[in-house]
Amino acid sequence: MGAKTLYDKLWDSHLVKQREDGTALIYIDRHLLHEVTSPQAFEGLRLANRQPWRLVTNLATPDHNVPTTLTERAAGVKGIDDDIARIQVMTLDENCDSFNITEFEINDARQGIVHVVGPEQGATLPGMTVVCGDSHTATHGAFAALAHGIGTSEVEHVLATQCLIQRKMKNMLVRVDGELGPGVTAKDVVLAIIGKIGTAGGTGHAIEFGGSAIESLSMEGRMTICNMAIEAGARVGLVACDQTTIDYIKGRPFAPQGEHWDLAVNAWQDLKSDDDAQFDTVVELRAEDIEPQVSWGTSPEMVTSVNGQVPDPEKAADETQSKSWLRALEYMGLAANQQITDIRLDKVFIGSCTNSRIEDLRAAAEVIKGRKVADTVKEAIVVPGSGLVKRQAEAEGLDKLFTEAGFQWREPGCSMCLAMNADKLGAGEHCASTSNRNFEGRQGWGGRTHLVSPAMAAAAAIAGHFVDVRHF
Amino acid sequence: MQKFTVVDGIVAPMDRANVDTDLIIPKQFLKSIKRTGFGPNLFDELRYEDEGYPGKDPESRTLNPDFVLNQSRFKGAEVLLARQNFGCGSSREHAPWALVDFGFRVVIAPSFADIFYNNSFKNGLLLITLDDAIVDRLFQAVEQQPGYQLHVDLESQQVRTPEGESYAFDVDPFRKHCLLNGLDDIGLTLQDADAIRAYETKQASQAPWLFADQQ
Ligand code: SF4
Repeated sequence: MGAKTLYDKLWDSHLVKQREDGTALIYIDRHLLHEVTSPQAFEGLRLANRQPWRLVTNLATPDHNVPTTLTERAAGVKGIDDDIARIQVMTLDENCDSFNITEFEINDARQGIVHVVGPEQGATLPGMTVVCGDSHTATHGAFAALAHGIGTSEVEHVLATQCLIQRKMKNMLVRVDGELGPGVTAKDVVLAIIGKIGTAGGTGHAIEFGGSAIESLSMEGRMTICNMAIEAGARVGLVACDQTTIDYIKGRPFAPQGEHWDLAVNAWQDLKSDDDAQFDTVVELRAEDIEPQVSWGTSPEMVTSVNGQVPDPEKAADETQSKSWLRALEYMGLAANQQITDIRLDKVFIGSCTNSRIEDLRAAAEVIKGRKVADTVKEAIVVPGSGLVKRQAEAEGLDKLFTEAGFQWREPGCSMCLAMNADKLGAGEHCASTSNRNFEGRQGWGGRTHLVSPAMAAAAAIAGHFVDVRHF
Repeated sequence: MQKFTVVDGIVAPMDRANVDTDLIIPKQFLKSIKRTGFGPNLFDELRYEDEGYPGKDPESRTLNPDFVLNQSRFKGAEVLLARQNFGCGSSREHAPWALVDFGFRVVIAPSFADIFYNNSFKNGLLLITLDDAIVDRLFQAVEQQPGYQLHVDLESQQVRTPEGESYAFDVDPFRKHCLLNGLDDIGLTLQDADAIRAYETKQASQAPWLFADQQ
């Protein structure tokens, strides 16, 4: 029984009560909230006359619905044009006020996408349990925290009880060993993993990402990988805690200080799987084999190398796959066997909780420096993940590089990742997007999303079609 | 939450793998601050030929005649038959709210995505996992027999076909108990308030940096 995985350790240290029926009460250390999945939970609390169990664990910010143009942002929440979105953001403000929950409101510099804000503030710490009514909560697992998305009923449950009713998941290890080639990023690694194991490959599992290629990534890169664990079907993605993790957290506003810092750092040393820990499933990839990736279809597993081709449904493994490829090709307006580099782009989106951190913006800026967005690209936008990322980028002059190249420089939010605000694709438009989902209609009705890394999106914006950023 | 005991319902087939929650209820409808009213926009992009937005009168829209839920033979369906990995993608609980609001009580598929699975049970929607081969057979039966119904009994964990076949399904005892009795999990968890407080006291000494507020 001795050896434990990181997931086992996190589970055990948060177990409040094991019930006879196999479910368990798990304690929650950090609860992040946003405007879309919380209103019905607060309403539920009010109806049942309940109070939040432990206020300080909650942290809220609006992100999904907020506009990203300065004109619409200038007047704060009252300036939001879309009536229903405005009501939703105002409802979050009111709920946070009346229950006394800390919120970074729309024009607070600390506002941003919850999964960018939590780590940036040091509100996500190693060894914590972190939940949010959003499936990309898996992002926070990059800090060796047990983090996953929950539904609105669970948001209410966490508010009221500080616990969740859970069943233990299985353990899966995805090892990526070796050295990533130049121009190959964390995004390419996670897309390649999903391409290999499929969108249901991790269902029922907590995936730990390990191996030398993962260890050598920055925290931003690790967050990009864990962020998309959900696209591989796993609610939880994890990376062990090491010096990179600790260095990132030190000095952030919510991070422990003084004596608490020393105690915490000491405890965090153990946040890794034991050497002889057993995993239910192990998947291995070689870093050298991974090329820049581009998704061609309507599911993140429909992905290939930038030098590859759109697949041929006649060569599918079975009928279900052949049907889904056919449907995807039809929706995407692509032909079987077409070269990926022949796909022309109408829009380019750099942003989302997958790739809107400072390092992502630097990588994209590096590619576009001194170049211009192709005339055929109608719109190219950069949406920083938070107000603080935006400020940092401006301090480094990245905004100038983007605007001079022809990109629009926006205010923080989810934006065109899910197109709940005005930023969206028109029907039939192809978009190089650094987000995480290429589902039908995700970025706008009839829109066609291709998932790529920030550097690949930037190169595509300049060329007007996909290009291998390594030879650009 | 609505109790679930037995459903005898018309079956509607959704013959497509990896149906994601964006497809079940597109994001523009997530701006609502209520739990109800999502039914008319269930599968919006498949059901209508025009683009939907909140407040648009469903009566004024063009239905896609090819979509199953628009076909009169599936009117009033309470059981949705689906393919693998149903409910993948975003954690939005609006997906089960929309299915329930539309009138579905049961979804049968070879597999479901985790978060969707959790969310559904919390809203009285029973998800049944059956073998691929059985699901295939059910798809054929639904296709061939207009008005095809299934009898779903949660207590005995059985799905019965009109031909008299019975398929047993698994369901976790806690979820079953809550569904059969229409129980709210928060009330149940609060019965363990002492255990939660005891955990907090223990953790506050082991990981004091997480409990700076309580010192
Ligand atoms: S950026 Fe996209 S994926 Fe991330 S939280 Fe926002 S909508 Fe969800």
